[in-house]
Amino acid sequence: MSLAASSLSSLRRQLTSGKITARDIVEDVIAQVTTRDGQIGAFLTHNPESALAAAEKADLSLPLGGLPIGIKDNINVLGDPCTCGSKFLKDAYTAPYDATVISQLKNAGAIPFGRLNLDEFAMGSSTENSAFQATQNPAAPGHIPGGSSGGSAAAVAGNLIPASLGSDTGGSIRQPASHCGVVGLKPSYGRVSRYGLVAFGSSLDQIGPLTRTVEDSALLLNALAGHDPRDSTSLNHPVPNYCEGLDEGVTGMKLGLPKEYFTDGISPQVRERVESAAKKLESQGAEIVEISLPHTEYAVATYYIIAPAEASSNLSRFDGVRYGNRSEAPEDMLALYKDSRRAGFGSEVKRRIILGTYVLSSGYYDAYYLRAQKVRTLIRQDFQKAFETVDAILTPVAPEPAPKMASATDDPLKHFLADIFTISANLVGNCGISVPLEPADGLPIGLQILGPHLGEKSILRCARAVEAG
Amino acid sequence: MAEPTIDVRYVANLARISLSEDEITLFGSQLEGVMNHIEKLSEVDVQGIEPTSHASDLSGGNRARQDVPHQSLPAELFLQNTPDQSNGMLRVPKVVDA
Repeated sequence: MSLAASSLSSLRRQLTSGKITARDIVEDVIAQVTTRDGQIGAFLTHNPESALAAAEKADLSLPLGGLPIGIKDNINVLGDPCTCGSKFLKDAYTAPYDATVISQLKNAGAIPFGRLNLDEFAMGSSTENSAFQATQNPAAPGHIPGGSSGGSAAAVAGNLIPASLGSDTGGSIRQPASHCGVVGLKPSYGRVSRYGLVAFGSSLDQIGPLTRTVEDSALLLNALAGHDPRDSTSLNHPVPNYCEGLDEGVTGMKLGLPKEYFTDGISPQVRERVESAAKKLESQGAEIVEISLPHTEYAVATYYIIAPAEASSNLSRFDGVRYGNRSEAPEDMLALYKDSRRAGFGSEVKRRIILGTYVLSSGYYDAYYLRAQKVRTLIRQDFQKAFETVDAILTPVAPEPAPKMASATDDPLKHFLADIFTISANLVGNCGISVPLEPADGLPIGLQILGPHLGEKSILRCARAVEAG
Repeated sequence: MAEPTIDVRYVANLARISLSEDEITLFGSQLEGVMNHIEKLSEVDVQGIEPTSHASDLSGGNRARQDVPHQSLPAELFLQNTPDQSNGMLRVPKVVDA
């Protein structure tokens, strides 16, 4: 097995025993990307020289010493481009600082490597909305890898790199992890700093790891979690060792299956896989109970008011003044804004900005945005109530396995409805993980395990039990 | 709830984006479908329910740090990305008449 195809924990053992060097790993990652990423299209760019230089200086005494981690192209890494998959920032922006997660990775000895493809500004769930390239699903060629962290999932699934970072605003880590057959964790809101992540929906966004194993997910979360004075929403709450107790099993755990999630809308294969995973956990000692999340049917409508509203505000910074695309010879400021944004943004981004601006506009704010925030409270109460009786909730990640590429319809509502199982965790701030189950007809299927706020240890333990089988 | 037909041209102006006539027509029909779905929320009884603007009750909203001066990143670093600059400042078309 190539080093790039190994888990972080196995590489770590080989590094500390002196069997391999950090340079060996980085050289293999570069070789894999050079020879095979032409077919996958996970990376937008990478810088072999700086990665090799970092490998030479790697401090193996650190928890992630010498381990390369792929980075989604909406997270700032000092000196690297950060395009967000948009023409707006192409060849027009070099990150002037490290995101806090990047400083944390570097402090833990890791080597941030390359820029991974995404739907433009993380808006989409197929990675086909990138302005530059579509990414293939390495586990199922011809199918989408999911999104928006499709490059991050495909790079790991395609054995190009051992692990990567993605971001999750409505499922953008968990859904591509499910479609590509890797482990994807969205931490609780506030657990990981958002400083240096290009903001999409500020009350929803979280950065998290995509890995081959649950143990690797815990290993990365150890480095990423913690308070950051630069993110006023980050939590000043002790960070446990997430690797401890992973193998304790699910005996005595109570796991809920929400009845509203198992409707006609999900494919028979997905339903079968998720239900048999629940049975397996039951045989391992967990108690499985049916629960109710009565406001589930309103989650999509709530999300597609709140997320575009926050996006329309956040993306106002892309105005052609300070960085990125600027229209040629604008006659006045208004023309500069309007034409720079027209030429820089793709369709999905424009559509969501229009939607978000509309729901926030005078006369509609109360009817849409304020009402959505109130329904958000009801959705949160559903989960609070559920977690009074269960330790974690088991659900599908996506209603069906990865669709074929270019099968997207023109109806954005259809795409939005497919996000039903993942968006609630963002609306309420809970943690969630996607862990691979047995593929169906060659297509990966993930199980989503949702935990309460700061319940990462429980869902990691449960995910480890699923992985161990 | 309000009438869900979006005047795309008007909203695009608020959002400071120029759209083509084709985009205005396309977005208008696509967002019509989205708004029809969003109308579902009018079924929910939200009487007396407090809005949630924040994803986490535990983080307790924004957390201000002590207001102590500290070193920021140098201006040159940020200006390296600007499309047009002069004398350490961003240059834009004239905003006010002389």
